[in-house]
Amino acid sequence: MLDADFFRRWMTATSASVDREAERLTALDSPIGDADHGSNLRRGFAAVTAALEKEAPRTPGAVLILAGRQLISTVGGASGPLYGTLLRRTGKALGDAPEVGPEQLAEALRAGVDAVMQLGGAAPGDKTMIDALVPAVDALADGFGAARAAAEQGAEATTPLQARKGRASYLGERSIGHQDPGATSAALLIAALVDAGTDGE
Amino acid sequence: MRMLINVPETVVADALRGMAAAHPELTVDVDNRVVVRRDAPVAGKVALVSGGGSGHEPLHGGFVGPGMLSAACPGEVFTSPVPDQMVRAAAAVDSGAGVLFVIKNYTGDVLNFEMAAELAEDEGIQVAKVLVDDDVAVTDSLYTAGRRGTGATLFVEKIAGAAADEGQPLERVEAVARQVNENSRSFGVALSACTTPAKGGPTFDLPEGELEFGVGIHGEPGRERRPMMTSREIADAAVQAILDDMTPRNPVLVLVNGMGATPLLELYGFNAEVQRVLTERGVAVARTLVGNYVTSLDMAGASVTLCQVDEELLRLWDAPVSTPGLRWGR
Repeated sequence: MLDADFFRRWMTATSASVDREAERLTALDSPIGDADHGSNLRRGFAAVTAALEKEAPRTPGAVLILAGRQLISTVGGASGPLYGTLLRRTGKALGDAPEVGPEQLAEALRAGVDAVMQLGGAAPGDKTMIDALVPAVDALADGFGAARAAAEQGAEATTPLQARKGRASYLGERSIGHQDPGATSAALLIAALVDAGTDGE
Repeated sequence: MRMLINVPETVVADALRGMAAAHPELTVDVDNRVVVRRDAPVAGKVALVSGGGSGHEPLHGGFVGPGMLSAACPGEVFTSPVPDQMVRAAAAVDSGAGVLFVIKNYTGDVLNFEMAAELAEDEGIQVAKVLVDDDVAVTDSLYTAGRRGTGATLFVEKIAGAAADEGQPLERVEAVARQVNENSRSFGVALSACTTPAKGGPTFDLPEGELEFGVGIHGEPGRERRPMMTSREIADAAVQAILDDMTPRNPVLVLVNGMGATPLLELYGFNAEVQRVLTERGVAVARTLVGNYVTSLDMAGASVTLCQVDEELLRLWDAPVSTPGLRWGR
């Protein structure tokens, strides 16, 4: 079972890997975006970690709702509302149970991803974070490792796509040949589930 | 790239502190990142709130003052502000007559302003929204995020601001803003990439002897790359792209806008070419504005915005305005 501590570790691990990979995310955002994805997410997840330390929410759902609110209030851009909504809606779907099973997490994450698709209007294949998140949620039944692999594959598979949402879509065909920074950071979020699971054992 | 900054993390806050020192007629909340006209809320009048990523100065903070915006919310460089800022700004300027959000059409700005509008309405503030999407370089289709908001933002903020200043009600101010946007089109080119503080280098590589054609205001590349053109050729192509999309029946306002690193000497020369094409194409010019108004950090290049105006819109354009970035008639 996964408790509030697991979800706190998930957010901390995400913060650490976003911090580590910030320059790579910003570099991916240069040719098809505006070169700030890494610094924006770094600022957001640092605020998440600080808020979790201060408020110490006691249920998995409360951890994710607090994290989502922090992202909405600190990141800006499109990634703030989108990542914020992902975590808030996943947290809401978890309810106020003190512990949740992996199946419940998968189900809640699917609700979160659906909310992101609704808010941003993106579908799979549009070259966005959705291209990493949807396969990850589908693979979650086979464990965190499988979800991580699926998310990373999904992110890599955005390279040949033409962007149809967000700022990269302005480039039309010129967006082809670049890996999507949003899908790449989404894969970091999913990969951090593995770290959170390992650290607790 | 050498930049006149301390560290990238404090660029926006440093600029706001400097703005506060230079403009006592504005209230600048550096911590919460809101710029408000000092006499707000103005009794009985609709308030205009805009905002967006920093790096486009004087847009938007430089357009706060009587006759234009009531408040502006600056985000991080090229990153939309967060809903908390917009709600705070709306609460500070609402006199009870309502607030109009002027939103440039970018995914981030739209999402954050929509969240803010809901939160502000929860607090009892009446909110209307207008989306600015004037850039003809982007095909408006299901396969893009839609046209970008660029130079027309200045026209919308000035003209709707004048309507609000006259005491027109919210639905009227909103209708004027919408009318201005619908009658505006822009097209821009970049002669260099820009340098974001976060990256510290150019956002993309532009080889010598080439230009980016159909560029936005965030350092993203344009729709295509072309061999370098003369001012005359760029004016022909930019005006052509606009007139392919809009046939003005009324006289137009012309904005020849610098992207940040192109000298006024070049901008005036470019304006001469723009006016030449407009004369050749039989488009009457009502007023012209030349300068750096909707910039993209240190990008070199320029954009052209045309806004066709009837007598009422022209009257509102000519009305007095008193802001750091635009000032006449008072």
